Amino acid sequence: MRTYLIFWKAMLRQSVVGSRGYYIWLLILLFFIALGVVGYIQQLRHGLIVTNLSDQVSWGAYISNFAFVVGIAAAAVMLVIPAYVYKLKSVKKIVLVGELLAVAAIIVALLFVVVDMGRPDRLWHLLPIWGRVNWPQSMLGWDVIVLNGYLLLNFHIPAYELYKKYTGHPPSDLYYKPFIVISIFWAVFLLLVEAFLYVGLGGRPHWNAAILAPRFFTAAFSVGPAFIILTLQLLDKYTHLDVEQEVYLVLKRIVAVALLFHLILLVAEVFKEFYTDSTHGESARYLYFGLHGYHGLVPFIWTAIALNVFATLSFAIPKFSRNMVLINIAAVAAFIGIWIEKGMGLIVPGFIPTPLGDIVEYFPSWIELQICVGIWATGLLLFTLFLKAAIPIETGALRLKNLKS
Amino acid sequence: MDEKKENRSSELLARALNQEVPRRSFLKGLAVGTALATVAPSKTAEAFSLSDFFKKHYKELSPQEKTAMLARIEAETKKRYGVDVKVEDPPPMNGVEFVYCLNLSKCIGCRKCVYACVKENNQSRDPQIQYIKVLEMPKGSLDVHEGNMYYDHAEVPQKDKFYMPVQCHQCKHPPCVKVCPVEATWKEPDGIVVIDYDWCIGCRYCEAACPYEARRFNFTDPKIPPEEINPNQGYLSNRIRPRGVMEKCTFCLHRTRKGLYPACLEVCPTGSRKFGNILDPNSEVRAVIQHKRIFVLKEELNTMPRFLYFFD
Repeated sequence: MRTYLIFWKAMLRQSVVGSRGYYIWLLILLFFIALGVVGYIQQLRHGLIVTNLSDQVSWGAYISNFAFVVGIAAAAVMLVIPAYVYKLKSVKKIVLVGELLAVAAIIVALLFVVVDMGRPDRLWHLLPIWGRVNWPQSMLGWDVIVLNGYLLLNFHIPAYELYKKYTGHPPSDLYYKPFIVISIFWAVFLLLVEAFLYVGLGGRPHWNAAILAPRFFTAAFSVGPAFIILTLQLLDKYTHLDVEQEVYLVLKRIVAVALLFHLILLVAEVFKEFYTDSTHGESARYLYFGLHGYHGLVPFIWTAIALNVFATLSFAIPKFSRNMVLINIAAVAAFIGIWIEKGMGLIVPGFIPTPLGDIVEYFPSWIELQICVGIWATGLLLFTLFLKAAIPIETGALRLKNLKS
Repeated sequence: MDEKKENRSSELLARALNQEVPRRSFLKGLAVGTALATVAPSKTAEAFSLSDFFKKHYKELSPQEKTAMLARIEAETKKRYGVDVKVEDPPPMNGVEFVYCLNLSKCIGCRKCVYACVKENNQSRDPQIQYIKVLEMPKGSLDVHEGNMYYDHAEVPQKDKFYMPVQCHQCKHPPCVKVCPVEATWKEPDGIVVIDYDWCIGCRYCEAACPYEARRFNFTDPKIPPEEINPNQGYLSNRIRPRGVMEKCTFCLHRTRKGLYPACLEVCPTGSRKFGNILDPNSEVRAVIQHKRIFVLKEELNTMPRFLYFFD
């Protein structure tokens, strides 16, 4: 028990001690977090009236970001599977990065849900036993379970392995292997529940489509690994973590396949909406071409499509995918493209037009943007601190013995 | 009423109210469980002493706690608005299931119902919250997307238009109840879908789920001039709502559970609105369902509304 506490103390110390560049990075993040806190205090004081949400468009920037970031969290399995199922040594060395990313991403997702609540003081109503969870009827009840379960799984697995590495004992399979298997299925489950949150609403034809769940998967498995590709290069450069080329190869292939399927599903959806040409396709018409003179999302969605097509070509064509500079640009493009698509392209048009045919457009208010930036910065801060503490243990620079001597 | 007609009426009623459609049977067993819990008399939950620190769910309040709660709300309203109000909690009546019928041939779109409702139910005036939306429809279509809810003419009705008020449909299969993560909204035995304003967490999932746009969110503290506050209030209906929670039409349950008509019906100048107990063979709504042509809005969604439209 004592060693365990020492281990946490060492990690905590490790995470806050660093170079000048590291401190500057942390300060930048803290600045944006402070901005978010200021915004949230405003929202707590005046209510959700400070947002641009309305009875017509009742979910906006917060839930959009939530839908997106859950995908990043679930994408950790795209490292877990090659590492533990296919036993790729090179990936095993960095699988930790994916698991820690999942933890940070889930915390970000939970924060987005909390800031979206009209009564955050009643958060405890969502707790089992104490509160009154409408389970299994409500998909949000499921959501509480899958999010928190995934958080615990992805917290436990790297923490256990790091602890064992830190003390120099070999890890016992029993304490983490079963959890890895569970976490793989859990990630699938997580994405399904996230999609079903929207799919289950019969009165919203834009969401009430079976294609939504597969699109959540392709989005997640493009964006997550793309983000990890970028992260690994930074870690390779600024830490002692060595990333083998094979890892990038595996990740690039995953992104290429996921992005290709993502485009195919997009075509499938667009065809259904526009060829049928029924009134159910009005949200899609609003999104892609504008409806009755309202076209606030049109430039965004076409930007997203352009970025996604560019990213797909860059990742999928072997000649291009060998160029790491291009891949980095493409990874950023995929990230932004899918972020637009999951947020503005999925959540907002679900509300436009309303079930009674009313059209009210939505763009986030400054306070909403401020809070969103704050939450993203919180996620990056956590991810940074986690990696800062974990990598020296992973590479062997930080050991129990080293500390004692 | 002769027996033959009676049979026909029961058949119609069955079709209007009791028809089960198997494709929605997913999780139905559990839905029945929830429904049973609704019907069962509320029990006192004393399991957690810590919960005394918090407000309990409506269904977990003991009679004493409920009385104390009502008194507390009265005192809070007095403190906040300087108005003496009476908050009651009328229970659903046995053998009563409410149904609302609206005559599309008669409604002239005057919106008197809208404003009577705002007044009766203590809705916020700024920002204004309205439970009833009136759609101005072109003759020749029943598609709500053809309607305009922002019409502003000097005179109604307009030529070649008809009017379609939409409010909570008090569905038999309410999508809003299904999605609520904390059971803050449920269906009462008399068919009215209610919200515990002290339990709602403000996630607005129900608002996204409702196909009739019946739910309204308190984005900020409701503002009502004290002299306009309706002092006759119900715990589950028109008491002044807190910020950050949902609200909606409750068929004026603080009135209708005492045998009165809803405010929107009382004010209607054309008699378009009919309200009553579907289980009573002599009720007006029963006669409407028996003798008139009925239109169910978004029938394909299988929500089984208790708010029906009819034509002369």
